[in-house]
Amino acid sequence: MCPARDQAPQRATDETGGRVVLAQAEIARALRRIAHEILEGNKGSEGLVLMGIPTRGVPLARRLSEALHDVEGVDIPVGTLDITMYRDDLRSQPVRAMERSEVPDGGVDGKVVVLVDDVLYSGRTVRAALDSLADLGRPRAVRLAVLVDRGHRELPIRADYVGKNLPTAHAERVSVRLAESDGADEVVISTPGGEGR
Amino acid sequence: MKHLLSIADLSREEILEILDTAVSMHEVQHRDVKKLPTLRGRTIINFFFEDSTRTRSSFEIAGKWLSADTINLTGKGTSVSKGESLRDTVKTIDAMGVDMMIVRHMASGAPAQIAQWTRCSIVNAGDGTHEHPSQALLDAYTMRQRLGDLEGRHVALVGDLTHSRVFRSNVLCLTTLGAKVTLVAPATLMPAGIGPWAAREGLEISHDLDAVLPTVDAVMMLRVQRERMSGGYFPTAREYAVTYGLTKDRLGLLPDHAVICHPGPMNRGLEISGDAADAAQSLVLDQVSAGVAVRMSILYHLLSGEGSAA
Repeated sequence: MCPARDQAPQRATDETGGRVVLAQAEIARALRRIAHEILEGNKGSEGLVLMGIPTRGVPLARRLSEALHDVEGVDIPVGTLDITMYRDDLRSQPVRAMERSEVPDGGVDGKVVVLVDDVLYSGRTVRAALDSLADLGRPRAVRLAVLVDRGHRELPIRADYVGKNLPTAHAERVSVRLAESDGADEVVISTPGGEGR
Repeated sequence: MKHLLSIADLSREEILEILDTAVSMHEVQHRDVKKLPTLRGRTIINFFFEDSTRTRSSFEIAGKWLSADTINLTGKGTSVSKGESLRDTVKTIDAMGVDMMIVRHMASGAPAQIAQWTRCSIVNAGDGTHEHPSQALLDAYTMRQRLGDLEGRHVALVGDLTHSRVFRSNVLCLTTLGAKVTLVAPATLMPAGIGPWAAREGLEISHDLDAVLPTVDAVMMLRVQRERMSGGYFPTAREYAVTYGLTKDRLGLLPDHAVICHPGPMNRGLEISGDAADAAQSLVLDQVSAGVAVRMSILYHLLSGEGSAA
């Protein structure tokens, strides 16, 4: 049995019957820890740029920037990286709306870009993000920070900074909800009636 | 969505989706690397039986920036000039396995007819005096950039309505987006029998440009199509410019926030004065710039997604 499952019984459930695996305080704590780890790994805040992957990665990147400000007192530039046009499943899914990419002033050339997303799953989003980033410039290094790593990778990709490792079954759904877009902070795991991703 | 033949085939939601995606596509235009991998491996033929600068080049650029392979064919210099029928030409190209044909043709309805003959996606890039949907979408995009939501906005379309496919697509697009449209033209350049249609669509008709200008949020000057002007529609070009041209004096009648559009190519000094074309309110070059982004969005919507042409 994995640790996440062991904790399950005393965990709250959300209104749809899903299991809450991370509550607000834990999300905040995880982001603070990731902020420290980023600074540690980078030996300071020199050259850091955070790029959030829409939708949930964008507010997470902003929060990470705030956490970095609290720790180090510096303002780390935050951008967004839309990967819609780089997906490998465009021909097998309904047409997706494209979001905006915004590169912070100063660009990404020679910077240490930290990609920020909510859930790391197959790794295909990150693959698309790397391609998208290459079209915007040439960072000195690219790192990956995710709030939840739920396993089931389909590509040789791993995260550098993880909020929580969450072993899941394929059929389960992991939903990250954030105050900015969903009214409250929580990570919920649920088993929809056989749909899944 | 498989074809783009007429704005009438699009719902309000579909129009807004194309326009919203175009906003993101526009950002690519300012990058150093102007390339998205989205339509890699797709082949698009620009099939132009009529002259065009901006439509053809912007569709070609749009295709290239989305990584599709684009090829240009014109009526001249192809087997069409040797007497091959349109159907045989289309079937021939279809047999090569292209994914999309972007068609401009002098006959109204030609793209819709071609869509019956092939399995690839067809984009109408202007057919006779019927429609020019991508132009209407980029016009709406440009106006929205400056004016915001077009719901309840007042747009005047001025000039040669009889011969204008831009006007027909624009009326459909603008009314679907909730704008109020006024048509201004001399009686000779009003399409025959427009009355009942205008009444049904809620369009105003006017012959007095000076009375309309102070009430508009946007005015679109349509080109006087000299190549179709053999029928004596107005006494002299000079008289047309004085009564229906957007002259320097008329600029002062426009509200401060109002914008000026022209689908191009412009006849400076005829339907639009140099002062109006180059005024701060003029969106003529914004329209051209938006043309590429909106056409990228059109190609993306037609050539990706479930069941898109293979």
